[in-house]
Amino acid sequence: MGLIVDIKKKLENFELKVAFNTAGRVLGLLGASGCGKSMTLRCIAGVEKPDEGKIILNDRVLFDSAANICLSPQERKVGYLFQDYALFPNMTVKQNIICGAKNEKKAEEYIKRYALNGLEKHYPSQLSGGQKQRTALARMLAAEPDAILLDEPFTALDNSLKARLERELMKMMEEYDGPVVFVSHDRNESYRLTDIIAVMENGHISDISEKHELFRAPRTLAATLLTGCKNISRVKRLPDGKYEATDWGIILPAPLNTGDCDYHYAGFRAHDLIPVLQPENAEVREGLLRCELVREIEDTFSIVIHFHNKGCDGKTEYSLITYETGKKDWDELREICKDGKLSFEIPDKSLIWMES
Amino acid sequence: MDWYPLWNSLRIAGIACVIVFFAGICAAYYTAGLPRVIKGVLDAVLTLPMVLPPTVCGYFLLLIFGGNRPLGRLLQSVGIQFVMRWYGGILAAAVVAFPLMYRTARGAFEGFDVNLAHAGRTLGLSDTYIFWRIRMPACRQGILAGMVLSFARALGEYGATSMLIGYTPGRTATISTTVYQLWRINDEHGAAIWVLVNMMISTVILLVVNLLERKRR
Repeated sequence: MGLIVDIKKKLENFELKVAFNTAGRVLGLLGASGCGKSMTLRCIAGVEKPDEGKIILNDRVLFDSAANICLSPQERKVGYLFQDYALFPNMTVKQNIICGAKNEKKAEEYIKRYALNGLEKHYPSQLSGGQKQRTALARMLAAEPDAILLDEPFTALDNSLKARLERELMKMMEEYDGPVVFVSHDRNESYRLTDIIAVMENGHISDISEKHELFRAPRTLAATLLTGCKNISRVKRLPDGKYEATDWGIILPAPLNTGDCDYHYAGFRAHDLIPVLQPENAEVREGLLRCELVREIEDTFSIVIHFHNKGCDGKTEYSLITYETGKKDWDELREICKDGKLSFEIPDKSLIWMES
Repeated sequence: MDWYPLWNSLRIAGIACVIVFFAGICAAYYTAGLPRVIKGVLDAVLTLPMVLPPTVCGYFLLLIFGGNRPLGRLLQSVGIQFVMRWYGGILAAAVVAFPLMYRTARGAFEGFDVNLAHAGRTLGLSDTYIFWRIRMPACRQGILAGMVLSFARALGEYGATSMLIGYTPGRTATISTTVYQLWRINDEHGAAIWVLVNMMISTVILLVVNLLERKRR
């Protein structure tokens, strides 16, 4: 059971080549805009045709180029929630829902379930953002789809509305038992709403794993960047198994559980650094970053420090290191930093190693 | 005063407008989905009647439907003759007005949000239903404007009409051919009346177009 996708499609700028299985229910497709996420959804829904491959939903073949099977979108029974909801502007809320429900009785049931009573005769242009989403959800679910595709439903919404709509969507996803594919370019959103995350880059999936695993140890540069890691350096393996981080100008200890891997990048998250007090003339410890402050940026609830390791001033564009901490904590460190005695330690466990 | 030209013009333009409505939106809908090269060529061919002098269109119509041409003869054997008949005017007007409908409908379709059609299909609605109940209403303003323009063009048709159906008072006379004939026989007063009638109709049409455009915004 679940949704199995394995398709290829030649696009203008790249080739879409996607394979996944939503066994774990909610799968997130995370990637920058234009990486082929929406095209993947459109292929599953059947409004676009892949060049080759297979799409199987709960043992039902929706598409199989080898067997020459390509069901129409109408036959697929796949629900699709569009970014702007795609409500039919010339129809009322009720008429929109009837398009999915096919009969009045069922439409009324969904109007009640999605708290749209009293809005039946309104047109989409008269609805608020939340009401639009509820109408679109009701319309989609009234058609009783076997799978649901969500195409960046919260883009272009302000934050407070976003949080509220996200809760409603979460509730819907809890009640729905079937495969769900959620497309987004927002890592936090994907993390909250999905179980498995597939990172997409130029038309292919570069990393796919359970979300906790993905955020703890992303395996590729693209995945690491998408999970919000701000500090990345190129690394070179040394004969003794340690690595030289060329952009940061330090030596990193050998990776904890390394196989025969040859890593090309290392990274760590901005809040994982541990500040260390070090007298100016003390011997430089291996793996310690000696802070030369570049700038402080005050954020709403935290402070972001940009610095580089001593001697790495403007070495490369990746030399700049970001450290994020609470405002009070920084107040204590500021003087030490001014005296040039502040260093940072990167905990071994916080290092993210990437092969490509 | 013989009001036949007014009645004849209105029925010719009215029927031509209905024909052009269906032909125009069909052409616009189907060319939209074609590969770029074929679309370009077809687009040029379908727009040609708009840029050709109407007399050239009339020439081609005579070439196809003339009594001594294969198709003309075939139609004549089943009792249909476009040459020198009032309904030949429908053909002439439709051919000349077609590009106006086609192009405005195409513009309207291009502005249509395809996600609405996609949404309809994933909900299990038939393509016919989506076309008539979702796409057409969404493009309503543009298509209405196209119809009004086609009607106006059909009403004012002179060149192709005079080539194909000529001028027979009480049988094939339309407003525009009547104006020319009356002027030719020095009936300035008669011509002026028809000119006024024509101007009144055209003004009303333009007002309607403006009204539709304002609504669209």
